[in-house]
Amino acid sequence: MAPANAAPTIEINGISKSFGSFKVLDELSFKVAPREKLALIGPSGSGKTTILRILMTLEGIDSGDILIEGDNLYRMPANGGLRPANEQHLHKMRTKIGMVFQLFNLFPHKSVIDNVTLAPMLTKGVRQAEAERHAMELLEMVGLADKAKAMPAQLSGGQKQRVAIARALALSPKIMLFDEVTSALDPELVEEVLNVLWRLCAETDMTMLLVTHEMGFAHDFADRILFFDRGRIVEEGKPEEIFRHPKQERTQTFLKKIIAAGHRV
Amino acid sequence: MGQWGGYLQLILDGALVTIKLTLMGSALALVMAFLAGLGRLSHFAALRWLATTYIEFFRGTSIFVQLFWAYFVLPLLGLSLTPLQAGVLALGLNVGAYGAEVVRGAVKSIGKEQYEACIALNFNRWQSLRHIILPQAVVLMLPTFGNNAIELLKASSVVSLISLADMTFQAQVVRAQTGSTLVPFLTILILYFAMASVISFAIRGLERYMTRGLDGVRT
Repeated sequence: MAPANAAPTIEINGISKSFGSFKVLDELSFKVAPREKLALIGPSGSGKTTILRILMTLEGIDSGDILIEGDNLYRMPANGGLRPANEQHLHKMRTKIGMVFQLFNLFPHKSVIDNVTLAPMLTKGVRQAEAERHAMELLEMVGLADKAKAMPAQLSGGQKQRVAIARALALSPKIMLFDEVTSALDPELVEEVLNVLWRLCAETDMTMLLVTHEMGFAHDFADRILFFDRGRIVEEGKPEEIFRHPKQERTQTFLKKIIAAGHRV
Repeated sequence: MGQWGGYLQLILDGALVTIKLTLMGSALALVMAFLAGLGRLSHFAALRWLATTYIEFFRGTSIFVQLFWAYFVLPLLGLSLTPLQAGVLALGLNVGAYGAEVVRGAVKSIGKEQYEACIALNFNRWQSLRHIILPQAVVLMLPTFGNNAIELLKASSVVSLISLADMTFQAQVVRAQTGSTLVPFLTILILYFAMASVISFAIRGLERYMTRGLDGVRT
């Protein structure tokens, strides 16, 4: 983890977001330091996935500001002031951010290697040979070099998710968002995906935000845990503080339920 | 037999015109289907409005009337078309209007998660459409496009009314000259069916080709 005085990679200032009359995020603020590994936990509907979707520009915000390396995500400078970001500004901002989805979202009509090479070739103008060389390195890292020519439908869920991770890494983002990346997997396939996340954590200096229900993994992986409920941060701290000595009653209840459901902490 | 041989030749000449009309009409229909179908999904209100007007107008009026406009009214406005050109124009625009709704429906049926993956990978709108959405949507359009092409083939007989010597026109000629209805109309019945079958098989083959690998079976 970077020194505490480093400028934050992500700075979220009082953002709110409603879906209809349901307030998903309520005046939420937090910062993420460079290279920090942050786990977002909490009950369903607490807003943690929405934060990732907002950072990936899949959802907008109603109010507040988000700064990515000092640049405003949803507003752009114009005539000395700020105005709502246009597509060009969002395009520039997205180059810093990558995301892996719960349901993989692979392109079913493209082979594994084409899934990985397409974005660098289209958005960064990388030549095919170079894109494929890099893709093979990434597939090697996620243990799927032998599946390069396979179609997504031929892969298991765990393999699909590892391809999706390689695909997101191919754009070399500074920030990676992992949205419940093991929730849709059969239990015996969870491990292979978590192992890949471990390697990423050890071998790269990306800032990583992880929404997860795997409490054991969150505990071992994260530098810091944010516990969410009803669109607010109820409690935050180092993993051992949150999991061993939760201060808030809401956190204690949530963790008890999770442990009762058979999750290891 | 010698006499029938000559008449058969006449009908086969007509069959060639029908094939030409079908191919050229389908090509125009395909272009119009994509233009209008994607136009209806555009961010620009003017494009959406234009596409909707085209679709509603050509679906809502009869092909017979459209053909007569193309052949008899356009010349009054200074645009003279040959019977073949008028036929291709009317058939292509008419069937293209139906095809546009097929394009729109197929594009809209591609799951939200594919669009979200495109945003997360920073594709622009055109790149998403070109590389991710359309290749998947086209597979869904194919069966209905096959229907539309067969409809167009059969509707092409309407051009006999502007004296274009297509297959139906020639069958009428043979009927008038020989007094036999059975022979010429049985012949073109078989020929229309054969042409429609070729379209069916071609579309099915194309569908198999385009869906290979999608179901997890290596081919």
